Amino acid sequence: MQSLSLNKRAAILSVVLLAVFLGAWEISVTRQVIGEALTEYEILMGLGQQRAAVPPPSDVFIKAWEQLSDPFYDAGPNDKGIGIQLAYSIYRVLSGFGLAVLVALPLGFLIGMSPVAYKALNPFIQVLRPISPLAWMPLALFIIQDANASAVFVIFICSIWPMLLNTAFGVAGVRADWVNVARTHELGSLRTALTVILPAAAPTILTGMRISIGIAWLVIVAAEMLVGGTGIGYYVWNEWNNLDLTSVIFSILMIGVVGMLLDAFFAALQRAVTYAE
Amino acid sequence: MKKNFLSIERLTQTFPDGAGGTLTVFENASFGIDKGEFVCILGHSGCGKSTIMNVLAGLSEPTSGVVKMDGVAVSGPSLDRGVVFQNYSLLPWLSALKNVTFGIKARYRNWSRDKVIEHATRYLAMVGLEGDVIHRKPSQLSGGMRQRVSIARAFANQPKLLLLDEPFGALDALTRGTIQEELLKVWSQTEQTVFMITHDIDEAILLADRILLMTNGPFARVAESVEITIPRPRVRTDIVTHPNYYAIRNHLVQFLGKRSKELAGQRSDGESQSPDPVRIDLTEPAPEPEPDLVRAQLKAVNS
Ligand SMILES: Nc1ncnc2c1ncn2[C@@H]1O[C@H](COP(=O)(O)OP(=O)(O)OP(=O)(O)O)[C@@H](O)[C@H]1O
Ligand SMILES: [Mg+2]
Repeated sequence: MQSLSLNKRAAILSVVLLAVFLGAWEISVTRQVIGEALTEYEILMGLGQQRAAVPPPSDVFIKAWEQLSDPFYDAGPNDKGIGIQLAYSIYRVLSGFGLAVLVALPLGFLIGMSPVAYKALNPFIQVLRPISPLAWMPLALFIIQDANASAVFVIFICSIWPMLLNTAFGVAGVRADWVNVARTHELGSLRTALTVILPAAAPTILTGMRISIGIAWLVIVAAEMLVGGTGIGYYVWNEWNNLDLTSVIFSILMIGVVGMLLDAFFAALQRAVTYAE
Repeated sequence: MKKNFLSIERLTQTFPDGAGGTLTVFENASFGIDKGEFVCILGHSGCGKSTIMNVLAGLSEPTSGVVKMDGVAVSGPSLDRGVVFQNYSLLPWLSALKNVTFGIKARYRNWSRDKVIEHATRYLAMVGLEGDVIHRKPSQLSGGMRQRVSIARAFANQPKLLLLDEPFGALDALTRGTIQEELLKVWSQTEQTVFMITHDIDEAILLADRILLMTNGPFARVAESVEITIPRPRVRTDIVTHPNYYAIRNHLVQFLGKRSKELAGQRSDGESQSPDPVRIDLTEPAPEPEPDLVRAQLKAVNS
């Protein structure tokens, strides 16, 4: 063992942990199905006949195989492939996030560069920031009158704050020396902002974006459960209503995987703009 | 008084002193610099050298007084006044080459990409940076290399006036020597005017045409302007044997060691304060000796 590298040992440990976990799950679920009578809850809910039990991991694998071998089929509003559902969610997250970028970056620059703007806007930010994004949903639905746009709005409102604050913080923290370099080269405000302040603040700004995209992906699931129609959140809820727990577990896994990929993407961007002083 | 290329007229700078009063760094300071001249300014820490330089660069506004370049009052920073900052101030996300092209692109907006790169590479080569190193980020360069990039960035823009704030402060003696020589080489090729702050007397004598001496603050004065009467080209190892070298050096040491304190804290009483010109030249036949003068060999020339 000592001769193996740290990474290899960690990988072996991960695989072992996964195997133990899946094994324990498989065994406990199989026993439960064989050995247990209906619980009181099941009787109350009238679920006895349908036997909604936690599926074993093997079922989940089979489901995953089925779904992933044809992720984009479309057989009506309640039966779409996982790929289509995820694409809807990603599309909403990216639209809301993109709008938030368009607002948060310029506003963050303004707040970061002007102490007056900071002082004037800070009270609003402090009040709006702690509001759960879902609390906006009824208002959004009423005003926008469109479920899809409302979901996008909720994503917008939840991803704007970390970006706004990080941009302002990053911009305000740009070393005066670097700004002086721009000044001695007679750069105008726009060129200074783009060629000096933006690259200098980029690592901080991307930290904000990474936090935002994480929050947006958390929120989209809940938002889609509310607005329904399409998306991975709706899919989870729909499968729960169908008592298809296998699909529920499978989609939970997919939510995790996509979230991880989004984060990895922004982590890579962040690495690309980070500089050593 | 004749017209200087750069003239500093009755410059006054005060700051709030943190206790409700004001701190007068200097008052009514006046001096001039000629075109193509290399001027060093020496003075104790905190006397106001950087403050003067920031005003010359246009990065800060003086409390009163004007700086004129070619007869035009300076307001705000300009590409005509290149600055080498004390801490290099390279942009850390750009490679050495890009740091230089950053400046060139700002100066010569209509140059082609190739021309900009060619120009930058030439100036980097002039300070001894060639090959792979120019594609490294500042964090991957040694302190001396960063300093050279910073000098190349300033020189490549061919400003009329170069302002250097303790540019070699953080360097070891060996690197310092190399870069000093490179600086002299570049300066002699380009005929720019240089105003440089330093703490190092020998460096000042090696580089400067004239050394301005500042008294201690507050109410600091640019008290003397010492001409360096050692012919160019100067080589470090040769100038120490020049008869004027130790005479000038002694004068500077005496000033910084004793007289900078004795002269400190004198208010201007509204008078314009110009430095007294000092010329020490032992190679000239001495004028009528004045026995009661301690600095017998000094010849003050009032212009
Ligand atoms: N922004 C400021 N606010 C208040 N006081 C200042 C400010 N800038 C400089 N000073 C004061 O002005 C005086 C001169 O400062 P300056 O930086 O010019 O000194 P210096 O001669 O460059 O010193 P050093 O050789 O150590 O760099 C100091 O006493 C300093 O405390
Ligand atoms: Mg200083």
